[in-house]
Amino acid sequence: MTTLATALAVTLVSVATLVVGVVGLRLSRTTSDFYVASRAIGPAMNASAISGEYLSAASFLGVAGLILLHGVDMLWYPVGYTAGYLLLLVFVAAPLRRSRAYTLPDFAEFRLESLAARQVATALVVMIGMLYIVPQFQGAGLTLATLTGAPTWLGGAIVAAIVLANVVAGGMRSITLAQAFQYWLKLFALLIPVFFLLPHVSHHRAPHWSTAGWAEPLQGEHALYLTYSIIVATFFGAMGLPHVVVRFYTNRDGRTARRTTVAVLCLLGVFYLLPTVYGVLGRMFTPDLVADGRTDSVVLSLPGRLLDGPLADLLTALLGAGAFAAFLSTASGLIISVGGVVAQELASRTGRGLGPVAAFRWSVCAATAVTLALAVAAAGVAVAHAVELAFAVAASTLCPLLVLGIWWRGLTPPGAIAGMALGGLTSGAAVVTVMLGSTPGGWWGSVVNQPALCTVPLAFVTMLVASLLTRDRRPAHVARTMVRLHAPDEIELDRGSYHPEGPRGGAMSARRSSYRIDRSS
Amino acid sequence: MPERVRITAPRATRPRRTTVASEIDAQSEVGEIFMRSLMRSQLRLALTTLTLLVITVAAWPALFALFPSLRRAHVVGMPLPWLVLGVAVYPVLIALGWAHARRAEHHEQVFGELLDRR
Repeated sequence: MTTLATALAVTLVSVATLVVGVVGLRLSRTTSDFYVASRAIGPAMNASAISGEYLSAASFLGVAGLILLHGVDMLWYPVGYTAGYLLLLVFVAAPLRRSRAYTLPDFAEFRLESLAARQVATALVVMIGMLYIVPQFQGAGLTLATLTGAPTWLGGAIVAAIVLANVVAGGMRSITLAQAFQYWLKLFALLIPVFFLLPHVSHHRAPHWSTAGWAEPLQGEHALYLTYSIIVATFFGAMGLPHVVVRFYTNRDGRTARRTTVAVLCLLGVFYLLPTVYGVLGRMFTPDLVADGRTDSVVLSLPGRLLDGPLADLLTALLGAGAFAAFLSTASGLIISVGGVVAQELASRTGRGLGPVAAFRWSVCAATAVTLALAVAAAGVAVAHAVELAFAVAASTLCPLLVLGIWWRGLTPPGAIAGMALGGLTSGAAVVTVMLGSTPGGWWGSVVNQPALCTVPLAFVTMLVASLLTRDRRPAHVARTMVRLHAPDEIELDRGSYHPEGPRGGAMSARRSSYRIDRSS
Repeated sequence: MPERVRITAPRATRPRRTTVASEIDAQSEVGEIFMRSLMRSQLRLALTTLTLLVITVAAWPALFALFPSLRRAHVVGMPLPWLVLGVAVYPVLIALGWAHARRAEHHEQVFGELLDRR
């Protein structure tokens, strides 16, 4: 019965996602549509879409699992995932929107006037995107395996297939509608079961969870370091995530970008009240999952433990649907961003042989296939931890590029590249070690498990020092760039001529040459 | 040091359009001063919000480390760490974001009015 209900719910979410996608299909025609939905989406819709895209398997399943496992210290994950948006609002939102770049590599090229910086940023976007997609596919596999007993690879394969169908057919406009729909689906999928589960707490004579050691902060070795490392990674990582950043280009102007971000803060704040409830309920009623090492499935297991009959089946199916919405939305957003930057590289390398839309479709297919293979091969790391490691890499690479690039005229291409490379190599090495399951013990192990508190300052300092040492390499048009980033949109000013679309609005292969000609004049 | 240049009043019969906007477009010293002051006020605001975030949210692990009694304190029947990290921080984050967006828009409005005034 549970199996049938779940299979039905998952099918329903998938079909709904595809239908919303098809509705958007006839609206998307040009390259601009594919990437940023023609930037004609209102703040309310956009905020729902951003939140829908952001709330991944880590938020829907992983956070509750970690809380069940480690207790109150894990609340820093949802707090950090939300605070990351506050810092994105504070340092990045409006200037990034005004830069009119589509992707982070566009921003790097525009700000630093350097192709090499662009290529480093491209490599990092691909790396961060894949690190982030792998746990989504693994979460899908886990969900389907928990609920229906299907083999673990099947869930990931289903998500990959639906995302591909949707993205390749419709591009981003369809995804925007689908993402907005999925925020509300995820919220209600997690909210409705709470109303049925909570009344049972008193019935079952709950253990005194609040007095146990688990309920107190700073448990375990190096807890203070680990906690602050999580804080640094999540607070500063959100702004460097490729799928988050691309979403800001769908705002009308800088001011709308800010207002959208405040709305996102509200939507995330409401959502993140819920995983804590599941984590605490899990501690009371499903402590056996800790011993089994299946804490990531706590959200899905609770209705079956506390309730019985069709109600339990129905709620489990609802949670399964919400979880699939999480995998679908996040994986779509990431695959679009990774496919987008790879397509830009391809289109510019192969000249006019491959049209931009075709390049985008091929890149999306390749990115999905590679990531699916990685998901099958990677070791089982807790979903929320795996996602947070992607945050750590973003915070150690693209975050300093954005913050220093927007607020400091002194950033030079060699400085930015040095910082991104060093931050990327150190944090990347740590993440790969954790993913392969070969973390050492002691202090060194804590640093590898949560590298951000070391690698983020390292990247910032490297960028600053290397830029100061190469002062003569400051981009020629940095003053004009700052006008574009900071002057309010409604004022008529010369903001330079950089446009990632190229002169004919859609010919991406002509982008670079047009950029050089325009900027040198 | 650029050579000192005498600035003379334009002829009354042929008024020249020297708005701040055109100064910024020409990247003159005056235009640069306006841009730098806008950037500085926005950056100061950003660092203020960051400081407030550290004080209200990111300081909690340090507080728990310094005052271990806080770790098991209870407020209105709820354990304090759970109440703070599970519920109370979210309104704080939203309020910080809302206030920041308002101030940032205000700075831009002031900048826009300066430019309108010629």
